[in-house]
Amino acid sequence: MAEIKAPAARPLSPHLQIYRPMLTMMMSIVHRITGFGLYFGTLLLVWWLIAAASPGAYSRYEWFASSIIGRLILFGYTWALIHHMLGGIRHLIWDTGRGFGPAEREWLVAANLIGSIAITVVLWVVGLLAMG
Amino acid sequence: MSASPGKHIRTPLARVRGLGAARSGTVQFWRQRLTAVANIPLTIAVVVIIILLLGRNQAAVAQILGSPLVAIIMLLFIASTTTHMRIGMQVIIEDYVHDEIAKLVLIMANTFFAIAVALAAAYGILKLSFGL
Repeated sequence: MAEIKAPAARPLSPHLQIYRPMLTMMMSIVHRITGFGLYFGTLLLVWWLIAAASPGAYSRYEWFASSIIGRLILFGYTWALIHHMLGGIRHLIWDTGRGFGPAEREWLVAANLIGSIAITVVLWVVGLLAMG
Repeated sequence: MSASPGKHIRTPLARVRGLGAARSGTVQFWRQRLTAVANIPLTIAVVVIIILLLGRNQAAVAQILGSPLVAIIMLLFIASTTTHMRIGMQVIIEDYVHDEIAKLVLIMANTFFAIAVALAAAYGILKLSFGL
């Protein structure tokens, strides 16, 4: 009688946890997360537009937008938007087959991250100054 | 796969070889890049519009958002971003949801959400434009 053996433990395809975290990999994940966030963030845009079109409801939106929580959410939304946009430009460059060199790709993702933070801060400073 | 052995002596690959690309099957890939490119100038324009509107009351916001150029930019932004986000979320669903029924339900819900967001936002802008 042949003995029934348990199936051999075959190697599985490696997943995220097997790799040493790298900036390009982390930024790829961040690109997807910011896109996911922006998807639901569109509800804020809809709220703002509908509120602007209905005089009575606009004060409620203004109350939200000027609250601490509202400001934090809008700041995060601004950063996600700018980061995803710059990340998108990076991907469009990569789509042409350029920028894949070891130094270039690192430079691109670093510029993406630093650029998104810098632009977000500048936009908020300008915005807060504009509000007076 | 579909051809039963005996009927065709040529392999499926040999039968399609030389007939050229079908020019289909990359619709979503292409549309995602098309909307990505469109989103760049539209996002910059919308950020500028929002900064110009900061601190203004509802009447002023309504008047500016309803003016032709601003309204058209907002409508283009909504059309392009909701198309982009619908494809992006579908890719996320297809990557992580492996149950066939759950996947279909989520892809349907994704479509409903994207269209609802697009129409609600467009309704707000058109209401401001035509002053209903």
